[in-house]
Amino acid sequence: MEAFLHQIFSGLANGCIYGSIGLALVMIYQATHHLNFAQGEMATFSTFIAWALVQGGWPYWGAFFATVAISFLGGVLIQRLVLRPVEKSPVLTNVIVFIGLLLIFNALTGWIFDHTLKSFPSPFPKDSVLASKYFSAHDLGSVAVMLCVLGALFAFFRFTPIGLAMRAAAQNPDSARLVGIRVSWMLALGWGLAAAIGAVAGMMVAPVLFLDPNMMAGVLLYGFAAALLGGIDNPLGAVVGGFVVGVMENLLGAYVIGTELKLTVALVLIVGTLTLRPDGLFGKRVVTRV
Amino acid sequence: MKPLDRKYVWLCGALLMVALVLLPFLVKNYRVFQFNLVIVYAIAILGLNILTGFNGQISLGHGAFYAVGAYTAAVLMDRYGMPYWATLPLAAVFCFGFGFLVGFPALRLAGHYLALATLALAQAVPQLLKYKQIEGLTGGVQGIVLSKPEPPFTLRLFDAPLNADRWLYFFTLAVAALMFLLAWNLLRGRVGRALVAIRDHPIAATAMGINLPLFKSLAFGVSAAFTGVAGALGAIAVAFVSPDSFTVQLSIFLLVGLVVGGLASIPGAIFGGIFIQFVPNIADEISKSAPAALYGVLLIALMYLIPTGVMGLVRRLWARWRHQAAAGLSGQP
Repeated sequence: MEAFLHQIFSGLANGCIYGSIGLALVMIYQATHHLNFAQGEMATFSTFIAWALVQGGWPYWGAFFATVAISFLGGVLIQRLVLRPVEKSPVLTNVIVFIGLLLIFNALTGWIFDHTLKSFPSPFPKDSVLASKYFSAHDLGSVAVMLCVLGALFAFFRFTPIGLAMRAAAQNPDSARLVGIRVSWMLALGWGLAAAIGAVAGMMVAPVLFLDPNMMAGVLLYGFAAALLGGIDNPLGAVVGGFVVGVMENLLGAYVIGTELKLTVALVLIVGTLTLRPDGLFGKRVVTRV
Repeated sequence: MKPLDRKYVWLCGALLMVALVLLPFLVKNYRVFQFNLVIVYAIAILGLNILTGFNGQISLGHGAFYAVGAYTAAVLMDRYGMPYWATLPLAAVFCFGFGFLVGFPALRLAGHYLALATLALAQAVPQLLKYKQIEGLTGGVQGIVLSKPEPPFTLRLFDAPLNADRWLYFFTLAVAALMFLLAWNLLRGRVGRALVAIRDHPIAATAMGINLPLFKSLAFGVSAAFTGVAGALGAIAVAFVSPDSFTVQLSIFLLVGLVVGGLASIPGAIFGGIFIQFVPNIADEISKSAPAALYGVLLIALMYLIPTGVMGLVRRLWARWRHQAAAGLSGQP
């Protein structure tokens, strides 16, 4: 029973990382209807920036917020410079550009920070009173950070004029443009938010997985699974999906198929969700007109 | 085609044939091996092109089919003692089946979702190949070491013997010729038009009486079979298979080759093969990360500048040249 509970709790901790990557994917999907295959690599790059700052003697939380800000700007810049020219191109063009970004970020990370494994500090104390035999303080802390991010996002979209404008731009770009919203910039903001959320997820997962340029490859896949399971256009769904995927991954790994086939679980989840329930648990059904 | 053009085409074709036959005897053994891989990649990219270029189904996971083809050949040769040439048809059949099965759920997925599902497939394949339960067959993490087939006869040309690598080069070349001919025959007729119609306007294609599910799954199967044959040839040429030779990187490189060579162009696959074989070697001298970075920049740049790839550029230049030649001829009194 104890082992079982342990699996559940560490599954929830992993799940919150998957959920945040899923959340980042949802941000971009909502705004542009594209799946960002470079999300994992972008997050890894951000995490390396944080690592470099911490190495440079910055306090942890200073480095944390600086990284989030840099990532936000980076995300906006990428959308403006790289993706805007292909905004109206066919899906294939976009997928290829995303793959190009993935390759560039992966190579850049390896080039600048080299390929050796690095340890990344956790901001949460090792022996906290809140830690128990089921979960560490870092697990608890990353769930808390993740919930803060979700809360902040909710408040941003619900209570600020820019959030409202972004929702309008995503829902009905043409009408939004008519009432004076600069839709193209809203997309860029969406990209910035996604990059910032990805950076948070990267910094939360790095103490567990250790830093290397391919750190996020598997996490990204789980993030996709989480986002799809929750419904790709639903932020809350992505988080719930993340928790479900995290727990499922841990339980299946521990009791059914062993840890070697973890990525296959993601594959089965993705294909299963897409074929059986393409809108996910909380997604809106999309109907296309001929 | 005008008679003048046809004469050029024949002349170029004949010259190319002679060059291809003499080439392996003029260069070192390692180069022959590299050329061999170029042809292998060209076949794999051709397979991907049938699916992504002609049928518009985006696959980021063709490395998986390549791996299945390679493992089929390796297992049949190593465990069942089959001759290397006999493994190719089986690899094709096996991969056709696998591709058809993958294509079935893919019917419900379009665009991004298919790309995502195939990406997941590509990431899962190395893990599946390492799986303990099938270690007896696949050799687990260690993979399978094969021996290169010896040439059936001896021959010396320009002081270079016909050794295993040179023989395999000719073998691969012959198979490639056959595969390209098959692809050309398949794509220029009814089937090819149906595939393109599905890519360009699925609803209109259905209205025209094209059986969408059938053609889409068939495209997946055929595409997988081509790539599987390439995988089998690759396994024979490298004489080694292991799960880590078929990471997601392979799938992405195949996509790079496809885009560089030219989407929906059969000869483009050859340029793609040359590109993904030789450019990383050159870029590697700058830094370990340089090839991937270069690929990334190139992918994006190509999408902006010449989305039709090398073949599109060649075709455009050729059209301009002919236009000028025609203008020059008619300009004379």
